[in-house]
Amino acid sequence: MVERRGWLTAVTHLVLIAGIAVLALPIYFAFVASTVGLRDIVEPPLPLVPGPFLFDNYGEALLRGVTQAAATPVALMMFNSLVMALVIAFGKIAISLLSAFAIVYFRFPLRMFFFWTIFVTLMLPVEVRILPTYEVVAGLGLLNTYAGLTIPLIASATATFLFRQFFLTVPDELAEAARVDGAGPLRFFADILLPLSRTNIAALFVILFIYGWNQYLWPLLVTTEASMTTIVIGINQMIAPGEDQTNWPVVMATTMLAMLPPVLVVVFMQRLFVKGLVETEK
Amino acid sequence: MFRHIKAVALATAFVMATAAAGNAAAPTEIQWWHAHTGRLGEIVNQMVEQFNASQSEYKVTAVYKGNYSETLNAGVAAFRAKQPPHILQVFEVGTATMMAAKGAIKPVYEVMAEAGGSFDPKAYLPTVTGYYTDPAGKMLSMPFNSSTPVLYYNKDAFQKAGLDPEKPPKTWDEVEAALKALKAAGSACPFTTAWQSWVHLENFSAWHNVPFASKSNGFEGMDTTLQFNGPLQVKHVGKMGDWAQQGLFVYAGRRNEGGARFRSGECATFSESSAGYAGVKAEAQFPFGVTSLPYWDGAAGAPQNTIIGGASLWVLQGHSAEEYKAVARFFTFLSSPEVQANWHQQTGYLPITLAAYDLTKQQGYYKANPGTETALIQMTAKAPTANSKGLRLGSFDQIRGIIDEELEAVWSGQKAAQAALDSAVERGDKLLRRFERANK
Amino acid sequence: MEKRMVFGSTALPYLLVVPQLAITVVFFIWPASQALYQSVLIQDPFGLSTEFVWFENFAHLFTDPLYIAAFWTTAVFSALVTVLSLGLALLFAVMADRVIKGATAYKTLLIWPYAVAPAIAGVLWLFMFNPAIGLVSFYLKVLGYNWNHVLEGGQAMFLVVIAASWKQISYNFLFFLAGLQAIPRSLIEAAAIDGARPLRRFWTIVFPLLSPTTFFLIVVNVVYAFFDTFGIIHAVTKGGPGKATEILVYKVYADGFVGLDLGSSAAQSVVLMTIVVALTVVQFRYIERRVHY
Repeated sequence: MVERRGWLTAVTHLVLIAGIAVLALPIYFAFVASTVGLRDIVEPPLPLVPGPFLFDNYGEALLRGVTQAAATPVALMMFNSLVMALVIAFGKIAISLLSAFAIVYFRFPLRMFFFWTIFVTLMLPVEVRILPTYEVVAGLGLLNTYAGLTIPLIASATATFLFRQFFLTVPDELAEAARVDGAGPLRFFADILLPLSRTNIAALFVILFIYGWNQYLWPLLVTTEASMTTIVIGINQMIAPGEDQTNWPVVMATTMLAMLPPVLVVVFMQRLFVKGLVETEK
Repeated sequence: MFRHIKAVALATAFVMATAAAGNAAAPTEIQWWHAHTGRLGEIVNQMVEQFNASQSEYKVTAVYKGNYSETLNAGVAAFRAKQPPHILQVFEVGTATMMAAKGAIKPVYEVMAEAGGSFDPKAYLPTVTGYYTDPAGKMLSMPFNSSTPVLYYNKDAFQKAGLDPEKPPKTWDEVEAALKALKAAGSACPFTTAWQSWVHLENFSAWHNVPFASKSNGFEGMDTTLQFNGPLQVKHVGKMGDWAQQGLFVYAGRRNEGGARFRSGECATFSESSAGYAGVKAEAQFPFGVTSLPYWDGAAGAPQNTIIGGASLWVLQGHSAEEYKAVARFFTFLSSPEVQANWHQQTGYLPITLAAYDLTKQQGYYKANPGTETALIQMTAKAPTANSKGLRLGSFDQIRGIIDEELEAVWSGQKAAQAALDSAVERGDKLLRRFERANK
Repeated sequence: MEKRMVFGSTALPYLLVVPQLAITVVFFIWPASQALYQSVLIQDPFGLSTEFVWFENFAHLFTDPLYIAAFWTTAVFSALVTVLSLGLALLFAVMADRVIKGATAYKTLLIWPYAVAPAIAGVLWLFMFNPAIGLVSFYLKVLGYNWNHVLEGGQAMFLVVIAASWKQISYNFLFFLAGLQAIPRSLIEAAAIDGARPLRRFWTIVFPLLSPTTFFLIVVNVVYAFFDTFGIIHAVTKGGPGKATEILVYKVYADGFVGLDLGSSAAQSVVLMTIVVALTVVQFRYIERRVHY
C-alpha cells in the first residue's frame, strides 16, 4: 500500500506467517507421524518433534507397503502414479497441439463442428458419466491397464483452447514465409510453431502433471488389482476401517511420499506453474 | 542350403510338437475373484496352491479384486463385457442380487450334479448353507466364509463389578443387571456392539424366531415387505436406546469400530462376529470369555438359531463344461474336512460341513481354545425355521444403511424405537419395490 | 479471430484431428449418451432385464427426500468451501501485495498446497481429527469437547469443509494476487492523497476492481466443490455419518457403483450434467465481459 506505517507492516507479515503456518501445519504433523513409532501415535498426543524412525518407516513403506492393502510396495504405487501423470501430461499436450494446429491453420468442412465437440467435453467431467465410461473401458478390456488409466483422460478442451489462443497470436508472416520457402504445414508446425510454444507447453506440463498425479475417482474405478494401484488411492486403502490396526507411521510416510513429486514440481517450476494456471483460465 | 532348410524344418516340427504336447497337457484354468486381503488373503492363496499342487488337470487362479462391493462390481462389469470369472465371491447382502440374475449364474447344485461324483447336501451344516439355498433346499452358492454373532466379555471387568466371570449372562435381562453392575463399578463403556443391524435386528429376529420380512424373509419371492418393526424388535431397540441414554451402551460405529474399544479394555461387553475371535485373542491384554448371544426370556421360541454373515462363492455362466468340472473339483476340495477344519481354525469362520466340525472336535481344538465352539453350538442347536434360514432381500446393502441411520437416531435420543423402525421399514420397502421392478 | 493465412491440405487436418476426436467420441460422447439412455431405463445390474420407463427415474429422484437432502448438502458444502477459501485467500493476497521484503518466499510458501491431491488433503486433516488418536481431537477432549466426526454429522461436514478449503486457498490466492497487482497504483495513490484510509480504499476501489476476478473464482470454486472434492469425501467420511456429507457426485458413485442401481445413478448423472452445462455457460457468458486492463 501507500503508507509505510510500521505496525501495519508488522501485522501484514504476521498474517502471512500465520497463513503459511495454517497451510503447513497438517503437513508438519504428517511428517512427524511418519518418523515416530506406532505406539507414539496410538497414544495421543502426538509428539510435536520428529522422532527417530524416519528411515525405518520410509524404507518399510517403499519396499513392503502395508499388509492390509495387499502389500503393494509404495515404490510400485509411485511408479504407477508417475506413469499416469507423465502419459496424461504428454498425451494431452501432444493431442491438443495437433488439434489446435488443425483448427487454426486449416479450413475444412466440419471444422467448427469439431471445435464445438471439443468444447462439449468441458461440460462432461468424469464425475457426470462415471458408470457408462467405466462400462466402455471394461468392454474394451482396458481395466487394470495403464491404457485404461490414461487414455480416457487425455482428451482435453482446456489445452486445446490454450494452444488455439496462442496460435492465433502467432504472426501470419511466419506462416507465409514458410509457405514461400516451400515448407509444408507439418514442417511449419515442427520447425516454427513448436519452438514458439515452448513456454506454454512447459507451463501446461506442470499443471497437467499435477492433474494426472492427483487423479482419484478414475483410478478408483478402473484399477482393482493391487499392482496397478496409484499412490493416491493406495493411501486411502491403507487406512483400515476399524478391523485391524492402521499402521499410521507407514501410512503417513506414504502420504509424504505421495505429495512430494507434485509439490516439488510446483516449487521448482513456480513461474511456469503460475503462468500455466493463469493462461488456462483465460 | 538344403541342409539349412532341413534344419529349419526339423526345428519347426519340434517346436510345433512341443506346443501341441504342451496344449494337450495344459490344465484347465479357472478364475476365482475374491475380496480377501492381508492375512486372510494369504490363507486363501495357500489353499489355492494346495489345490493346484494336488492334481494336474485343473488350475485355479485366485485374484483379489477389492472389497466386497468392488469385487461384485468387477464381476458384474466382466459379465456385461462377456468375460466373467468362473467363481465370484459375493457378500451375503448381495445374495438376492445374484439370485435374481438367473441368466448370469449357474447354481452350485447344477455344477456339482453335472460334474458327476457324489455331492451330499446333507453333509453341510443346515444353518450355514440355509442362507444360500432356494426354498426347495437346493444349494445355489457355496458358503465360504461365514460367521455368526456372539457375546464377548472382559472377565477382569466382571470380577471387578462383583459378577461371576464364569457365569456370563444368558438373557437380556441378566445382561441389563450386569451392565448396571459394571457401570456402578466404574466402567465408562459397559456394552458396545459391531454391525448393529446384523446383530441386533437381523440376527435378533432369527434368534427369537420372529420374521424380519414377509415371505420367509424374502426366500419365497421378491414381493416381500419388511417386518422388523414388530413388538419384540421394538422392545429390544427401545431397551438399547434406554441403555444408550443411561450410559450402559456406548455406540462406536456402524462397522467394527467397537472392536478396538473392546480389545483395548475400554468396553466390558461386546456383541460381534465369531470371526473376531482371532483379533481379540491376539490383542486383548485381559482374560475374556465368549458366550452365546443373549435372548429375551419371555419370547416364545427363543433361542432358535442365529444366521450367518460373510460371503459365498457363486459360479457364473458363460463357460465350458470342462471348466465347470474344474469348479466342481475345486469346490469338493474346499469342502473337504481337512481344508475346512484348517480354514475354520485359522480364521475363526465357521466350518461348512459336519465332518469338518467333528474333525475339529477330535483335534481337541475347542478344548484348547475355549469359546470357539460357542458359535457352532448356537447355530446347530435347532433346525432352522422360515424365520431363521437367513435373508433374501434386494438392495440390502442400502437397506442396512437405512437401518443404521435410524438406529443412530435412537441411540442419540432423537427418535423413539417404534418411530425409527417404522421409518426404516417404510424407506426399505421403497428400495425393495425398486429392486423387484428392476429384476422382473 | 481467424487466421488470414491457412494451409491448403485436404487430408492432413482430418488426420491431425483424429486422435482427439476419437478419444472424445469413445470416452466422452458415447458414455454421456449412454448415461442419457440409461436414465430412462430400469435395469438389473447384470443387464439381463431392461424396462423403459420414460422419466420415472427422475420422478423417483425428485420425490426422494435423500436426493433433495443431497442437493442441500452439496449447496451448503460448496457455499462454505467457497466463502472460506475465498475469504482467506483474499486476506493473504492483500497482505502479500503489501510486502516488498520476502514477497517471492511468501508466494512460494502459500501456493504449494495446490499440488496436494484433494484425497490426500482429506487424509491429512482426518489424521489430525481422528477421534481416537488425532492431535486436534485430543486437545479438544482436554478442553472438554468430545470430537467424534464418525457419529456427528455437523462435525463431519466441518472436517470436509476445512480439508477442501485448505487445498483451494492457494489457487484463489494466486488469482487474487494477480488481480491486485493489476490494479494501477495511481488509483490507490490518488485516493490516499484524498485522505482515504486503507480500509476505505479497499472497499471503494480495490474490491470493485477485483470483482471480475472474484466472480470468476466463485464459479471455479463452486465447480471444484461440486466435482473435484469426491476424493475428500471418499477418503474422509464416505458420505457419512448418515449421509451428512453425501454430496451429489458422491451419491452418483454410491448408488451406481455400490448400490448397483444403474437407472437412478444415470438419472443423477444427467442432472449433474445439466448443472455443469449451466455453470459453464455462466462462466463463459459473463466472464467474457470481464474488464480488460
